[in-house]
Amino acid sequence: MMILSGDPPRSRVLALILIAIIAVLAITPFVFPGAKPLNVAAKICIFAALVASYDLLLGYTGTVSFAHTMFYGIGSYAMAIALYTMGPDWTAVVTGIVIGLPLAALLALGIGLFSLRVEAIFFAMITLAVASAFLVLASQLSWLTGGEDGRSFTLPELLQPGTVFIKDLFGVRVTGRTLTYYIILVGCAAMILGLLRVVNSPFGRVLQAVRENRFRAEALGYRTVFHLTYANVIAALVAACAGVLNAMWLRYAGPDTSLSFSIMLDILLMVVIGGMGTIYGAIIGATIFILAQNYLQALMGAASNAAADAGLPLLPGLLHPDRWLLWLGLLFVASVYFFPTGVVGRLRGAPKPAE
Amino acid sequence: MTDIPAPSASDPLPQAKRDLVPVLLPLILALLMLPLVGSFSSWVTLTVASLAMGMMIFIMASGLTLVFGLMDVLNFGHGAFISVGAYVATLVLLPLAGMSSADSLLTNLAVLVPAALAAMAVSGALGLVVERVLILPVYGQHLKQILMTTGGLIVAEQALYALWGPQIIPLPLPTALRGSFIIGDIAIAKYRLLVLLVGIVVFVAIQLTLNRTKIGLLIRAGVENREMVEALGYHIKRLFLGVFMVGSALAGFGGIMWALYREQVHASMGNELTVLIFIVVIIGGLGSVGGCFIGALLVAMVANYGGFLVPKLALVSNILLMVAILMWRPRGLYAVTSR
Repeated sequence: MMILSGDPPRSRVLALILIAIIAVLAITPFVFPGAKPLNVAAKICIFAALVASYDLLLGYTGTVSFAHTMFYGIGSYAMAIALYTMGPDWTAVVTGIVIGLPLAALLALGIGLFSLRVEAIFFAMITLAVASAFLVLASQLSWLTGGEDGRSFTLPELLQPGTVFIKDLFGVRVTGRTLTYYIILVGCAAMILGLLRVVNSPFGRVLQAVRENRFRAEALGYRTVFHLTYANVIAALVAACAGVLNAMWLRYAGPDTSLSFSIMLDILLMVVIGGMGTIYGAIIGATIFILAQNYLQALMGAASNAAADAGLPLLPGLLHPDRWLLWLGLLFVASVYFFPTGVVGRLRGAPKPAE
Repeated sequence: MTDIPAPSASDPLPQAKRDLVPVLLPLILALLMLPLVGSFSSWVTLTVASLAMGMMIFIMASGLTLVFGLMDVLNFGHGAFISVGAYVATLVLLPLAGMSSADSLLTNLAVLVPAALAAMAVSGALGLVVERVLILPVYGQHLKQILMTTGGLIVAEQALYALWGPQIIPLPLPTALRGSFIIGDIAIAKYRLLVLLVGIVVFVAIQLTLNRTKIGLLIRAGVENREMVEALGYHIKRLFLGVFMVGSALAGFGGIMWALYREQVHASMGNELTVLIFIVVIIGGLGSVGGCFIGALLVAMVANYGGFLVPKLALVSNILLMVAILMWRPRGLYAVTSR
């Protein structure tokens, strides 16, 4: 229980699901050969960490921020720009991390001190505005960020797909790509465990107190603005780390993969579906969402074609593979309404109101 | 001991102090820009363009700020009403393209007015549904309101894609509204003048309704003290539902105006405008109609003058403006006192 910071899943079903997810993620390179399953698995890892860091904000402090992708993007871009300009070596990787993470932390500190003293609604709107300005900046400063095209780069030799470590291990070639995957898996697991540690510390309790009744927490002597700002900075740092890993996996950083508003919506959906205020929810939410994103679309395409063949009106359009977000949106609204505690809250059985 | 006479019932209520500094801001900004822009004719063109854009933004944002001020509901899905209004307008305008391309103002208006009315009716009706389905269960819970309405925005945008397809729909301006009036060397686009006029009418209408009618009195009283108005026997919930529908209809109306301004309709336009609208209502002070009006003008001015003088900066000028205003007045130009 030490490693779980004294906050085990507290539900047998939940524990089994989590173990299953983690086990499958751990053996994916050997069991599901091919590029797509590995891509999906890496994306699940990265998003689980990113969503967990967002849960620290949304679930534990009750602040809605729309600027989370900004920090994710900072991590991605820092890595990409460093490797692009300095060439594929480890100095560049370190430079990217050393520049990216403090930048994200500073920005989070600034936004936090500037706007966390205002109401939740105000904060949500301000972060939305700041994030959209950042997106515009990233696509306009093309000399630095590559504009809409983003930046592609090469990884250090050790992590390249061409580097073969073992020719044949259980019938699979172990390459630099496999190593990169395991770096991501371990990194994300460490971040999630770290966040679990944070929310179960006295500091995490204060955050929950602020969420439940800010006025009362203030009356108890806690300087809530500082606590919220620290939480914001921690969440931003983890998001930036996830961004670094994301860039390493894609060997690319661009507005669509790391900054766009739709990623922000995806994160929101994952947190709510998984369960707010339960770091574990991030793993479940990310897994459900990304599996749906990657495999539901094919299913919907088939259904859409079937509906079109049957000559049904409107249905082909509604079931078109590109409209999968429509159904997830409906699911989102329904889950805010009927299951405000998400999958994890449901499984744990102890309803914890979000507000 | 006291020289103050006891107030009697017949005395008029003391007038609230008017805070005129924000009102002067757009005026000062416009005048400051005159030497910077250099030529008088381009300054006039830019100013008219800013005013017209400001009016459209105001019409779209006024609903949001009214709803927040009155019902304490922040609708993150407000942008959806804008898109819906624009799309509904295409239903009327595109089949009757012959009439809108006719060279007569009356024939043009004969399509334009029904299109606007249809846009308002549908987005208003949608407002009714949204209030009943999405917002009713989450009154008083800000976090859930944001989540619910964001979810609503996703669904609405995707539904528009499903119904109309992902392509951008061109929406040409009616012929009579094309081109511009030329006075000396100053060119003023006709459509911008019309927008300006409509915006002023809407602003005055909202102000008069809020300040001079019984409904306005009840609304303002409901903002101050909801329970008291209910105790006096008025259906404050029904009143607020009406306000929500009016706000949605205004967004739809703004949507058709914006679509004609840009001469195109796209499902993500509401989403794109949402940020701009939020900036406007934050600058104005959430819930204040007057602040929203000035905020819209300021945002439009900064966008237009900025785009002319320093195009690169114009992209983030809105944020800079918002930060500057919030530094000066942390709760916006006109802070609504009840919260």
